[in-house]
Amino acid sequence: MSKYYQPEIETASVEELRKIQNEKLVKQVKHVYENVKYYRDLMDEKGVTPDDIKSIDDLHKLPFLTKADLRDAYPYGLLGTDLKNCVRIQSTSGTTGRRVVAFYTQEDVNLWEDCCARAIVAAGGTNEDVCQVAYGYGLFTGGPGLNGGSHKVGCLTLPMSSGNTERQIQFMQDLHSTIICCTPSYAAYIGETLKEMGLTPDDIDLKAGIFGAEPWTEEMRRDIEKSLGIKAYDIYGLTETSGPGVSFECEEQTGMHINEDHFLAEIIDPETGEVLPEGSKGELVFTSLDKEAFPLLRYRTRDICVLSRKKCSCGRTLIKMSKPMGRSDDMMIIRGVNVFPSQIETVLLKEGYSANYLIEVDRANNTDTLDVSVELTPGQFSDTVKDLAIKEKALAGAIKTMLGINPKVHLVAPKTITRSEGKAVRVIDKRKLHD
Amino acid sequence: MSVKQISVFIENKKGKLAEATRYIADHDINLRALSIADTQDFGILRIICDDPKIADAALKDGGYITTVTDVLAAAISDTPGSLATILEVLSDANVIVEYTYAFNSSKAGAYMIFRVDDNQLAAAALAGAGIKTANQEDLF
Repeated sequence: MSKYYQPEIETASVEELRKIQNEKLVKQVKHVYENVKYYRDLMDEKGVTPDDIKSIDDLHKLPFLTKADLRDAYPYGLLGTDLKNCVRIQSTSGTTGRRVVAFYTQEDVNLWEDCCARAIVAAGGTNEDVCQVAYGYGLFTGGPGLNGGSHKVGCLTLPMSSGNTERQIQFMQDLHSTIICCTPSYAAYIGETLKEMGLTPDDIDLKAGIFGAEPWTEEMRRDIEKSLGIKAYDIYGLTETSGPGVSFECEEQTGMHINEDHFLAEIIDPETGEVLPEGSKGELVFTSLDKEAFPLLRYRTRDICVLSRKKCSCGRTLIKMSKPMGRSDDMMIIRGVNVFPSQIETVLLKEGYSANYLIEVDRANNTDTLDVSVELTPGQFSDTVKDLAIKEKALAGAIKTMLGINPKVHLVAPKTITRSEGKAVRVIDKRKLHD
Repeated sequence: MSVKQISVFIENKKGKLAEATRYIADHDINLRALSIADTQDFGILRIICDDPKIADAALKDGGYITTVTDVLAAAISDTPGSLATILEVLSDANVIVEYTYAFNSSKAGAYMIFRVDDNQLAAAALAGAGIKTANQEDLF
């Protein structure tokens, strides 16, 4: 099998890609203007008509859509076609407010699965692989997306869903799974369980893992790669645009190639909305070029990242996005400082702690407090209180260096921070209770 | 001349010490000496038992974080000033004492456990002053 799932797109020249994008954008804007009243009103308000959009250079003229728009338009307000043409609904977990419900036509599902198939092939997947999908199935896009992609590649697909970790490992051994797809925190948990069962990476046949749906760090990648004996690939996506597969990592592991024949990416200044040049750090905005049922134009993801068209050794020409450096949904403002949980995680892993941690933000005497609990690992334990106090202090110092805020660090026993089988809960902001 | 002490990390939460000691009992580990150092968040349970190797393996197996340290067990007489004498000997030899605790058994007698920065230096200084330090077997 080829190194690429759809080489004609994945290795197309920038000019070819641009031509595809121009044609699709013009058509899509017309489709949306004619079918989505909510967006037509936004365009009218801004005085933009479909005729003003002649190429992707005109993209900046279009109004943005935000998560708030999606809530306002819930559930049918952004539908781009008759419900009778839709075949599927997927939804967000709704943890950050009202859930987002996305609709798909058969063609939407088809293209989404193509995107996931590209990701699986980029991770080395072929029709000789056994692909264990341990993302949750159901309304969450993770399971259905990778499941569909795995079918398209022709992998033998194990639709495990998440949970029942010992059984996951049992299947992995008995049926020789070679690829695993799940959230990175669940992958880390599978690694821990494997060790607890007295097994090593040599006892399983996994070679690659495709992990996404939550933020994770390079340190966590290395831990997972070691504990499962695999190469770990990042995958990115959001329910609003389809699900996983909006972008995916190749063997270079230096960012994720955006499937930009389907999703047009921009980076904007989150404050002003101004489009920033390639290489700038800012908020990622996507325009769905093909979606029929849920065609979002200029949707603000809240993810902060950088785009780069630097030549990639894998041969793909698709633009790359960095791992999101934070998400404004996750961003906490503590004593006036912007803090992302991923920053704290980076420090923990660098200092030799586990990625099992809990951040608690509260308010005492009108000042924000930051408490970080982290599980102690055997190598760090000492018989003297002094040594452990020094460790706590060193960790607090390292976090302070990173954030500029003094945290209170608590070392806790292993397995005392709740494990999750889906998205990990890393932050508890108790300040909201007082407001 | 030193004995092996097992330290166990225990969260400073209700029931955690009971849980750990029950676990130790269920694994037929006989405690000879014990001390607890505590902070607001956690405690360190330090124990001396008959078979430290087996006990440590059992604790690790139960998910506990442990570490084994060589400590000194100095025989101590039941008279005023005997602890002060030992500490003076150690101090004169420039030995730093991290922590200490006592235990008494009808069979083995009374001992002070010392965690010091240099076991060899401390044992030699104590021997020079005629103070006996025990091996693991001496305590049982």
